[in-house]
Parts: sequence; C-alpha cells; structure tokens
Amino acid sequence: MNKNTLLYAGLIIFGLAGAFIFPAYKLQLSFLYILIVLAMTWDVQGGQMGYNTFGNILFFGIGMYICSSVQIGMFFDLGEWTDAGGEKTFVHTTPQFFQGLVAGLVMAAIIPTLIAGIIGYGILGLRGHYFAICTLALGIAAGEIAGGIEIIGAGQGMTVPVWPKDFGSNELSSEFFYYLSFGLAVVTFAVLRWAYSTRFGLVLNAIRDNEDKAESMGINTMRYKIIGWMVSAFFVGLAGGIMGHINGYIEPTEIAFAGPTFGVFMVLMAILGGKGTLWGPLVGAVIFHLFKEGFWTYFLGWQYVALGVLIVVIVVYFPEGLMGWLREKYPERFGEVIDEADRKAQVELK
Amino acid sequence: MDFLIFQAPMLMVQATMDGLVIGIIFALVAYGMALQWGVMNIINIAQGELVIMGGYIAYFLYVAGIHPAYGVLLSPIIMFFVGVGIYKLVINKVVDRDLFISILATFGISILAQQLMNFAFGADVVVADSGFGTLMMFDNSVVLPMSKLFSASVCIISAIILVAYMKRSKLGRAIRATAQNARAAKILGVDTEKVYAATFGINAALCGIAGACVAMTFTLHPYTGLPYTIRSFMIVIIAGLGNLPAVAISGMGLGVFEEWSDYLLGTEFRIAAVFSLLVIILVWRRFKLARKREYLK
Repeated sequence: MNKNTLLYAGLIIFGLAGAFIFPAYKLQLSFLYILIVLAMTWDVQGGQMGYNTFGNILFFGIGMYICSSVQIGMFFDLGEWTDAGGEKTFVHTTPQFFQGLVAGLVMAAIIPTLIAGIIGYGILGLRGHYFAICTLALGIAAGEIAGGIEIIGAGQGMTVPVWPKDFGSNELSSEFFYYLSFGLAVVTFAVLRWAYSTRFGLVLNAIRDNEDKAESMGINTMRYKIIGWMVSAFFVGLAGGIMGHINGYIEPTEIAFAGPTFGVFMVLMAILGGKGTLWGPLVGAVIFHLFKEGFWTYFLGWQYVALGVLIVVIVVYFPEGLMGWLREKYPERFGEVIDEADRKAQVELK
Repeated sequence: MDFLIFQAPMLMVQATMDGLVIGIIFALVAYGMALQWGVMNIINIAQGELVIMGGYIAYFLYVAGIHPAYGVLLSPIIMFFVGVGIYKLVINKVVDRDLFISILATFGISILAQQLMNFAFGADVVVADSGFGTLMMFDNSVVLPMSKLFSASVCIISAIILVAYMKRSKLGRAIRATAQNARAAKILGVDTEKVYAATFGINAALCGIAGACVAMTFTLHPYTGLPYTIRSFMIVIIAGLGNLPAVAISGMGLGVFEEWSDYLLGTEFRIAAVFSLLVIILVWRRFKLARKREYLK
C-alpha cells in the first residue's frame, strides 16, 4: 500500500512538474495524457466489459466539434466564423474565451454522454464482431456526415478560437492545456479505479465472462452496459474538446472522427498494455506514444506502414499485452498465489 | 434536393439501372467474404483493399497499352497468390483465435496495404478507360456504359464458375466439408491448413475480378477500400452465409439504395448513407431478435 502511494505521488509530481522539466515536450505530454484517457476509457468496453468497440472515436469527434461550436456560437455567428476560414476576423476577449471554454467543455461532456445513452440502447444489444463492425461503421458514418454539414465547415473543417493574447503568451496557452489534459487524465484514472473496485466493476467483468449467466443472475446487463458506455463517452468527449484546442484546427475525417488513427490507437494502446487491467492501458499509452513519436520522426512518410506492421505484430504475437505477460511471469506481484505442493500433486495426478 | 424524383423521373430510372449493375460487383466481393467467413470464421477488414489492389492491376494493363478487360483474367491470378501470401504471413496465426483478433489484424493489414498502394501507385484518383462506348435508352435519357454491363456479366459468370467449382471439384468439396466441421474434416484426412489457404486465395481472386471491374466502371484510389468491406459485410449479414441468390439480390438492392441516396441526398452523403444503413440494419435485427430473447450470432 505504501509502495502504491509513493507511485501515485511520484506520477502526480511528475505530471505537475512535467511542464517545467520538459518545456520542449509540453505538447507531446499533453497529447500523451489525451491518449491515456482514450486508452483507459476504451478499456471500460474492450477490456472490462468484453465489448470491442471501434466507435468511441464518435464521442471524441462530437466532443471536439461541440466544444468549439459552443465556444464560438456563444459570442459570434457560427456560419460566419467558418466562412471566414483561416482569417481570424473574430477574436475572443479573455473573459469570452474562458466562459466559452467552460461552457463548451460542459457541453462536450454532456452531449456525447446523452448520445451514448440513446444509441447505446440499440447498439449494445449487438455482441462480438457485430458490435465491432457496427461501431466501426458508426464512427466512419459520423465523419462523413460531419464532412457534409456546412455550418461546421464541411470537409474543410473549422478553426478553434484563438488563445486571447492579452491574457498571456502562447507559452501560457500550452501550459494551460497541458494542465487541463493532465487533470482530465488524473480524474479519469481516479474515477475508473474507484468504479472498478465497486459492484459496477464486478458487473462489467461478469458481462465479459458470461453475459447470459450474468443476466440470469438477475443483473440488468443492458443498464450497466449503457452506463459503462456513458462513462466512456463523458471522458472521451472532454478529451475531444481539449484535443481540439491543443490541435488548433478541426477536420472531420483526419482529426475529429479519425477512425484509422485515433480510433485504432486507443484499441492498440489498451491491447499493448494489457486489456482488462487498470494499469495496462496507461502503460500501453506511454509505450505506444514513444513508438509513435519515433515512427513519426524517423520514418516520416512511412509512419503508417510502420503502424500497420505494429498492429499486426501486437495483435498476432502479443495479444495478452504487457500486463498479461508480467502477470504470467510474476503472478505473486498480482496477488495470485501458487500453491507449489498443490501444483505438484496435480501434475502427478496427470 | 427538392423532390428531384418528380422533376426528373428518368434520373431515378438511371439510378436504378446503375445500382443494379454495380450491385452485382458488390455481390461478388460479398460472396468472397461469405466464403472466408463461413469456412475460416474470419472477417477480413482488408477485403476492400484487395479489391482496390486488383483494380490497380487492371489499371496498369491499361497504362501498358493492353485493354483493361484482360485484367479480369490476370488480376485474379495475381491476387490469388497475394491472398495465399497474406494467409501464410498473418491469417493462419489468427484463424482459430477470437474473432476480434482477426478483425484487428486485418485492420492492420488494411492500413498497411493502403499506405503501400499510396506509395506504389500515388494518391491520384485513376480510372482505366475501357473504351466500350455507351448504350442509350429511353430517348437518350438513360445512359448505360457498356463497361458496366461488361463488368456485371463478368461477375455473374465468375460467380457461376465458382459455384460449379465448389460443387464439383475435390478442393471445393474439401472447402465445404471444412466449413461444416473443421475438426471432423481434419480427422477424415482433409488438410485444413491447405483448405484455409486456398479459401483465402479464392476470396482474394474474387476481389481481384471485382477490382478489375471497379477499375473500368468507377475510380480507384488507395484509400477507398473500406466502403467495399462494409458493403460486403452488410450484404453478407442481410443474405446469410452461403446463400448465393440472396447475396446477389441484396447486393443489387444495396447498389440501388446507394445510387438513390447519391441522387436524393447528394454525393457527399453517399458513403455516410452506406455506413448508416449498416448500423440501422444491425440495430433493427437486434431488436427483432431481442423479442425472442436471442441475439445476432
């Protein structure tokens, strides 16, 4: 227990001080925190509940669009803003920016959650690969639809409000969003850690292990599945809203509803770290981010080739993930006690 | 969009004709998917990439000065070996694992194939002009390119050949036996590993034929593969595994739906309409089955 406290304290201190220890990597680190949120929330479905979704990217994109649209729409005409395109004719003042940001983030959390609740009732009734393909289609359809809506910039995308210059420099802006994403990652981790320790976490695991049995035990599985998806959507929506600001620009299929990039990243990170564990997605996200940055820096142009190879290699040769491998190697560390005498007796019986 | 249907009724006839013809191409791809799904229990996300790859073979024949129609002969042969290669490298390691593993692994292959095609063939939209001319109907108000008719007949013929092959040949019998019960087939001396490789190869060859047809009738682009995967998945779940007439009919139905939504909603929503239709169909079937306390298996 003492060890864990030290670990948490160390990580939080690292996060708080990170912006000053590695000033050049602020953007990368805030990116990493967003990836951690995505991986951890994917794991609520994919790992704990056994529902492999490609569709969480839907909430990411919606959150991103909603946050910026609310922030703009509160003070300006959204249509005129997107028409103006890159030319920054509309500038938020400092109070406008922050009021808009708060309202935008609140909406970016609420609306994806509601959407998850509504469509979840239909879609979470599907199982296995039907669920996977259905959510894949959902994410791509959302991107294509967003690419056809004029008021949010259609295929060209839209710019997000610029950081108010009279409040502080751009340096301050990246620090602000660094701490925002770090805070989100911490809150997500804490909430999920708590949720997994309650009955809710047990029910999710029961659904993964045998849904029919869980249902016949009197658990209203549909309700828990929907709540689980809503929890994911809440945090993914927030992550999307923050990501829009980190990026400074929203584009329907490459950034917001980016199925082939973020949509797959979150699955991959969770699997790489070990799905179905609390720490797995976090560790996976860190390793994956290092990998990815390496690819993007040293294999520029070939990064997606490397990514495709990485997916195949991880999935085919390493499906248990890092935590699964560690668990097999050091079962004592995970609280699994092997009774040596009992094991021997069993071996002799065979 | 305002009631285009009343202003230009002939456009709807045109859309229907186009839809029926391209639907047959979709049905051929879907048949390949049904084959590997039924036999190997694998959903191949890279199916669309195989189609595009096959299309590029026909396109390169066209660039080399050979008529692209020969692509329907050449590209299945090349694609068969590509398919067997993919099987030997990746698929044979995921065949007996969880379905999601195979979905994710083929997703990886799909990203890889897209990028490699992007490097090899460039990111331009290309089309292989078959020079077949067009067929005018109803006082020239409905135009049907001969290349589309040619493609449709090629697809129908190859489907018939395949069905006959599956019924008559030794390999076909082995494939059908493996689909019914892989373990029993293995006990009775069927080399299931070989059957799986052949199945994946045949699937890729079907995609190759369809791709050559796509190259002549539509456009090719390295990143447009995924819609073909989704279309064939949709056709398979509507028609069921191994029901060829139903595959053909639902393929044509999907083609008509797509062309109509193209006209009524606008081209920018064409892909969105296809993907949304899949979601709607799945959810609708789920509610229908839920009444009987069942779910899609």
